[in-house]
Amino acid sequence: MSVLIVLLLPLIATVLVCLPFKKAWAAGVTVVASLATLILSARVAWLTSTGNSITSDWKIGMLKWINVDGLSALILVLIAFVATTAAIFSVGYMAHGNLRPWKLRLYYANYNLFVFSMLAIPVLADPTLVWIVVELTTLCSALLVSFENTREALEAAWKYVVLSLMGAGMALFGFLVLFAAMQASGSTDAYTWNNLITAAPTMPPALLQTAFLLILIGLGTKVGLVPMHTWLPDAHSQAPSPVCALLSGIETTSILYVILRLFPVMQAAPNSHAETWAVVLGLISVGTAAFLLLQVKDYKRMFAFSTVEHMGVILTAVGLGTSVAGYGAMQQIVSHCVTKSFCFFAAGTVLLAMETRQISSIRGLIRQSPIAGTALVFGGLAITGAPPLAVFLSEFSILKAGLTQKEYVATGLLAVFIVIAFFGIMLHINKMVFGAREDENVVESPNNHSEPGNKTHLPFSCRLALLVAAVPVLVLGFYIPQPLHDLLTQAAAALTK
Amino acid sequence: MSDSTNQLLNNLNSLVTGLFLLTAFGIVAMRQARGVLNLFIVQSLLLAASAVLLGLRYNAEHLYGVALVNIISKPIIVPWLLRKTSPSEVYTRREVTQALNVPTALLIALALAILAYFLGLPLLNAVAPQFRGPNVPIGIAGLLLGAFTITVRREALPLLIGLLVMENGAFLAGIEIARNLGMLIELAIATDGLIIVFIMGVLTRAVQKQIGTTAVGELASLKETTVEPAEKEVSE
Repeated sequence: MSVLIVLLLPLIATVLVCLPFKKAWAAGVTVVASLATLILSARVAWLTSTGNSITSDWKIGMLKWINVDGLSALILVLIAFVATTAAIFSVGYMAHGNLRPWKLRLYYANYNLFVFSMLAIPVLADPTLVWIVVELTTLCSALLVSFENTREALEAAWKYVVLSLMGAGMALFGFLVLFAAMQASGSTDAYTWNNLITAAPTMPPALLQTAFLLILIGLGTKVGLVPMHTWLPDAHSQAPSPVCALLSGIETTSILYVILRLFPVMQAAPNSHAETWAVVLGLISVGTAAFLLLQVKDYKRMFAFSTVEHMGVILTAVGLGTSVAGYGAMQQIVSHCVTKSFCFFAAGTVLLAMETRQISSIRGLIRQSPIAGTALVFGGLAITGAPPLAVFLSEFSILKAGLTQKEYVATGLLAVFIVIAFFGIMLHINKMVFGAREDENVVESPNNHSEPGNKTHLPFSCRLALLVAAVPVLVLGFYIPQPLHDLLTQAAAALTK
Repeated sequence: MSDSTNQLLNNLNSLVTGLFLLTAFGIVAMRQARGVLNLFIVQSLLLAASAVLLGLRYNAEHLYGVALVNIISKPIIVPWLLRKTSPSEVYTRREVTQALNVPTALLIALALAILAYFLGLPLLNAVAPQFRGPNVPIGIAGLLLGAFTITVRREALPLLIGLLVMENGAFLAGIEIARNLGMLIELAIATDGLIIVFIMGVLTRAVQKQIGTTAVGELASLKETTVEPAEKEVSE
């Protein structure tokens, strides 16, 4: 029941924000709705952390395809968490642009619909339905990417849509082949994730392998795996910052979740090479992103490339195949999600303070806007895995799992790439925050926003969102609460069958 | 049903899927935006026809539903939505600067179609005999040719149709090998085309307003290497 309410809340909010009340109404409704979603999905997660899975009691229509286990609940909570912090951040961030009321309502309506489409992904058990809601996420998020309506934003949205939909076409064929494989195995059960695992041992390998590869490449496009990542830095840098937090923080992860669902199926089948594919694609993504990080010129693109890197880390960890590595992957999903959303909030405050996305035109940020500067340094350290923050702990457990399993090459490469990414990101952030200003710039442009003394006042809601988002980044670095530990164990168990 | 009727239905289905492949080739080569749209409508009708034939052949009633949904959503709602969302300019455009000239594009398309045949073979060998037919290799060809259309086109409408051709290809193969999937495939067909057309239509309108053309291929400023305007202002 609470699962249904979780899905209904954003839909109700979508309708409510369209009502023509004052500007604060739409923002308020969105914050309240996402907070309620967070509380309810935390309850769902609590129920599933004992190893139960929640199935809907109704056997009618689409409701019979609702099934939530540990892995689903983990993704559900993370979506709700980022949706809440991003909603809080939106209040101040969107008010800053002096948008017309209808445009603001459009933003929040789209926002809630996008959150709904993401929440539906982990909840649904039928792959075809999941594919439909994945298409829905593309629809809602593309309009958010193009929201600022500049030439660059439109280009980013266009690239995003074309590549995602091309991927979706391939994935669709993959899901149909997967169904054919299930039929060919003689199974007459409903087409759900769990029944796929049962049917897997007798599936014809040709069909299963084809389906897996089609879905891996098709949905991998939307996850941002190299070499299908080309749209990601554009879309994740051109969207308004709270939307970037949603896109980078959780949308990529929730699509990756769909791919992860195939791993137990592949493991149940004999001679599947799903792990090898995951490690290879994962390492290529981490490596490419690490080197691209060295030469970025736009700090939002920098965080976007870091998303590509982290998706690669998660996929590699899953590819290592043991339950310890699986636990590390789940931990990495959590820490990446909370940290990356924080990073984009930090980037958003920097954008509010400096009004430029260029790394080279921001110097001495810490004097300009102490909050934005501190947030950026904290975000940079957190996302690159500096101890004692969340990503450090999860990356450490992945590397440890790799070494215990004697996967020295993969683990070594992963470690090297992570270190390169660390230097890439911190080099840029260091220059931006502590770098000395080149004086001639200031003399030549007296009206430049980066004038000393012209401290920008950040909206209260932005500071609040930063604070709320920073809590798990800090806490998860040295302490994982017992319920979360149980949930992570359940989620990791869902990866192997 | 007697063997001769089954044979006839099989042959008719082969004819229909063959024509489907031909329309995919046409979409690769056609330069007039309106013509591309018309070819796509013909292709969707052929997909519906194939669904009906397979439904008759294997007594799968819900394939009639697939055909019906397909006829309503693609030939009727897609052009209507396009008119509602995107500027009328997209129809009148004639593409003169494709990335490849027509003969080269058709040659590559031919190679892709042959590739699709070989990709389809192992899949066909793995399924039970009643799921074997021309739909799978031609569906894969549709998928590949759609993707190819997207890579060589610069105009908004042919790009959009390329995406829809990809989906059509996937569904053409789907009605053969995933015939028993039931209601969900109708739902997928119904929602999918509409999502694609709506979003691409809205974006095309915005692009046309912003930069004054629907040649979206000209949008190529977001790169790592280019110096963006903001930086230029600072350095000048």
